This record gives sequence, structure tokens and C-alpha cells, in this order.
Amino acid sequence: MKQIVIISGKGGTGKTSLVASFAALAGTSVLADCDVDAADLHLVVKPSPVSSHEFIGGKVAVIDGERCTDCGTCTDLCRFDAIAGESEERAVDSIACEGCGVCAWFCPGQAIDLVDAVEGEWYLSKTRFGPMVHARLNPAGENSGKLVSLLRAEARSIADTRKIDTVLIDGSPGIGCPVIASITGADLVLVVTEPTLSGLHDFERVIGLTRHFAIPSMVVVNKYDINEANTRRVEELATRLGTGVAGRVRFDPAVTEAQVEGAPLVEHSSNGAASDVVDVWKRVRWTLSEGGFVT
Amino acid sequence: MRIGIASGKGGTGKTTVATNLARVAAREEKRVVYLDCDVEEPNGQIFLEPEVKWRRPVTVPVPEVDEELCDLCGQCGDICGFSAIVPIGKKVLIFPQLCHSCGGCRLVCPLDAIAEIPREVATLTAGEVDGVEYFQGLLKIGEAMSPPVIRALKAVAPQAELVIVDAPPGTSCPVVEAVRGCDKVLLVTEPTPFGLHDLELALDTIGCLGIPCEVVINRAGLNGEATRELCRSRTVEIAAELPDRRSIAEAYSRGEMAVDVDPDFRDRFVALLHRIEDQP
Repeated sequence: MKQIVIISGKGGTGKTSLVASFAALAGTSVLADCDVDAADLHLVVKPSPVSSHEFIGGKVAVIDGERCTDCGTCTDLCRFDAIAGESEERAVDSIACEGCGVCAWFCPGQAIDLVDAVEGEWYLSKTRFGPMVHARLNPAGENSGKLVSLLRAEARSIADTRKIDTVLIDGSPGIGCPVIASITGADLVLVVTEPTLSGLHDFERVIGLTRHFAIPSMVVVNKYDINEANTRRVEELATRLGTGVAGRVRFDPAVTEAQVEGAPLVEHSSNGAASDVVDVWKRVRWTLSEGGFVT
Repeated sequence: MRIGIASGKGGTGKTTVATNLARVAAREEKRVVYLDCDVEEPNGQIFLEPEVKWRRPVTVPVPEVDEELCDLCGQCGDICGFSAIVPIGKKVLIFPQLCHSCGGCRLVCPLDAIAEIPREVATLTAGEVDGVEYFQGLLKIGEAMSPPVIRALKAVAPQAELVIVDAPPGTSCPVVEAVRGCDKVLLVTEPTPFGLHDLELALDTIGCLGIPCEVVINRAGLNGEATRELCRSRTVEIAAELPDRRSIAEAYSRGEMAVDVDPDFRDRFVALLHRIEDQP
């Protein structure tokens, strides 16, 4: 089983559009939408739900006003400024609360309980491209890294049980906790970037991350014809850093048209950017089957 | 006025809106502070090109155990909710990257055997350019938690007539930390199905925090009606629409600012600035 993660550093470079096309090209794969903050893959692959589950992100403190003696110890000890107010008004700001439990431990009246914090829902679904795991983090929810790890574990177990040899993981922008959770232990990270100075800067940081965790990586430059000089800079940097070049995808209004239609690009059209994506997928498959990365 | 620039979806134009707004405000001789709170991938400096005044590390406190004093009672492991400090056998193992710096282990240790030492997780940079005071946080590669860096960045930034907070994408803790304390949030979106879907999530997130918000439609074109309809149904006003132009995308790719290359964009940003200022 091979786990391929699509990330970008910079947001909005085309991760989800690419994953949807890969799903269509792969035959059967397990899809995992690990961009749990702003999941969009379902808008294209249109999953039908099989089951849904609560996601317990961590703990949150709750003050019992009956037992509270208004001593203020909790407010003083909380490093996250999550407990404010006095006497009956004293309350926990559940968004600011990290669930560390310091307040509960040191409350002299034992008036604070730590309860499970439901931070979202995750789903097991069916699509015409194979099984899918995805999630919805609650607004202002916490612990997206834990949710990503959970989704990936589910995806792996489905792939094992059903003997599906490809897991496609749609990651989130950035280089922080959900991204780290998306890539650890993956077989290949495909970075989608764009030929802008921002794209170049963010690409360098995200490749720093894949190197930090010693995960093989490749890069694809999306909308490469917006600035071909920058495209070459991305590819030169990739080569210098030991990242494979998976190809270029041209700027093509068909990408947005496919999104509006709710279909993978490679089903929406067969030339232009769609044919570029087919080439990228072939190179990714070939690289995975041949191995031989420099990390 | 402290204004947050956020979005659910990445790449919709947060930095474009934040930097261009900062530039037009500075040209009107306002005192402007720009905070790049997208500490995982900060891009504001590419466009503003500030002259750097200082850099300093951001540290978070993590525990260190004095093995001479420790009698392996295990209470530090009991209180830690993140498995960052784990007594095993005759040792106490510390996993600094899991530590949330709550201070619980140090407080609970009956022998005062735990101290907190600083661990560097990021760098803050301050600079100045054409009347814009610029502050940026940069998370070290491999570090998972950006909220403490965003907190540190907000703490060093001065008050000003206009403080512009360039937030990270998404709807979870880093965004919440960035926009907390803002008087208003502008949500930047694009008129695509993904942009629309993520705008709804972002409206829910900002709504949870009780901060008034308005929408900026970037790359606005023929298919903006669904976005306008969503804004109507959620009674959120559209503060500006920025047209979809390849010349702007190309200028962006070279690190150039829209207000410097296109007079129409400059007028739109000046109008957006005045709209923000004229509202209570």
C-alpha cells in the first residue's frame, strides 16, 4: 500500500483539484481529506455517507458554580487566559481553554471538571472512486493534527482490509500541526506550488519540512505559464534540494469550470490542463513503483 | 481600529488585501501597523519589502527535571494532559514538542525539582517600510504549534490608528488566535465552489468569536452571484470586489503590489480603507 500526500505550503495552489483528478485516474483508491479546517474534496467526489462519528479533540474545563468558592486560583494559574470573571460570572472560555487541567488539579474546592471536548465529526463514506474518510472540524475547533492522524489511521486500515493499494491524502496549507500529521510515515509527498514569489518561498519551507521528516517528495508547478521564469526557479530549487519534478500544469479556465460542474478535471476535459495532470499522475505512479528517491 | 484579514480557504488573497490596504493607508499618512500572523508561511515581506529593524527569538517554557532532587513520585506525569513528561523507570522523559507550556508539572512537583527553560520555536522580525510598521512571526520548520508564536507577535506590536492582522488560512486555533481582539474581520473569498464552501465555514468561525465581519470577493467575475447570495442570506456586507485580471496575477507572481501597478485597484483599496474608517 502506498500513501501519497498532496500538500502545498501556500494555500489555494490546486491541491484538491489535483487529488480529485488523481482519484479518477487511480482506478480504486482510498481517499482521505485531511484538510480538516476547510475540507472541499467532497464537493467534487460527492461521497455518500456510510457512518459518522464524533471527534473528541481533547478536554475542556467546566466550573461547577455550586462548589466554586470564588478563590480565583484557577484564573491566576491559567496560562491561556481562559478563565475570567468573578463569583457567579467566573467561567471558562472553551475556545481559549487548552484542556491542560491545571485549574482542575489545583482548585481547592474541587469545583472544576475536565470533560471531553467534541471538536468535530468524521465520516466514513463511499465514492465512485473508492472509500473515503473525511471530517468537519467545528468552527474554531482545536486539535486538527489529532483528527488528521485519526483519519489517516482509518484510511490505512480500510486499504489493508479491502486490499486497495493506493491511499490519496489531501493535506492542508502551512507547515504546522495538521501538515506534520498528514505527512509522517507517507510514501510520497507531492507539493503543488505556483510560479509566484509567495509560492516559491512557501515551497522552500514545505520542502524543509519533508526533508526534516525524511519523506520523499516531488513538486508540480500549477499555472506554470503565469510566470515561466519563476517556474524554472521552483524546478531548479527542487532539483537542488533532492525533490523530483513531477511536471507542470498550465493555467486553464477548465479547472474552475470542472469545479463548478463538480467533476474531476480529467473527466471534464481531455486536453489542456487535464492532459498535463494525466502526465503528472503517470510520473508519480512511475516514481512510486520504481522507488529510488533522494531525500 | 484593529482589522483582521482572514479566509477559510487558502490562496484567496488575504496577503494581497492586507498589504495593499496597509500601503494605501500609509500613503494617507496614517500610522499603520501590519502583523503577518501567517507564521507558517508568511508572505507579506515579499510585497512590502520592509527594512529590518530587529529580530528576536520566540521561546516557549518547557520543563527540565533536576534528577538530583527528583524522587520519581510521578505526579508530573499524572497532571500532564499531553504526554509531554513521562516518568519511566528511573528517569523522567520530556518530549518538548508535545508540551503546551501550561506549567502544571512545575506547580505539582512537591520537591521543586522541575524548572522551566525556554525553547526556541520561532523568530519575530520587526521592520519598517514607507510608513508601515511591519511585524512578522516565522515558525521554525518541524514545529507544530503556531498559536504561541502568534500570541508573541501580537504582544510586541504597538497600538496604532490602523492595525492590520494578516491571518493564516483555515478555521481552527491559529486563525482564532490571530483574529482574537480584532474590531472587525474581512473575510477574503473567491467566487468558486471551494471558495464559497470555505467562506461559510469561516463565517461560522468568526461568528463564534462574536467579531463583526465583512466579505471581500477577490477575482470577482461572472460567477460571483452565489457568493453575493450567501452574504445576503447571512446578512454580511460585501466590503469590496476585486476584479479577476491576469495582469494582476502576473504582477503578484513577481511580488508587485496591485495598488502600484493598476490605478483601478488603487481606487478600490482607497475606497475599502475609507469604508473601514467610516464605520464605528
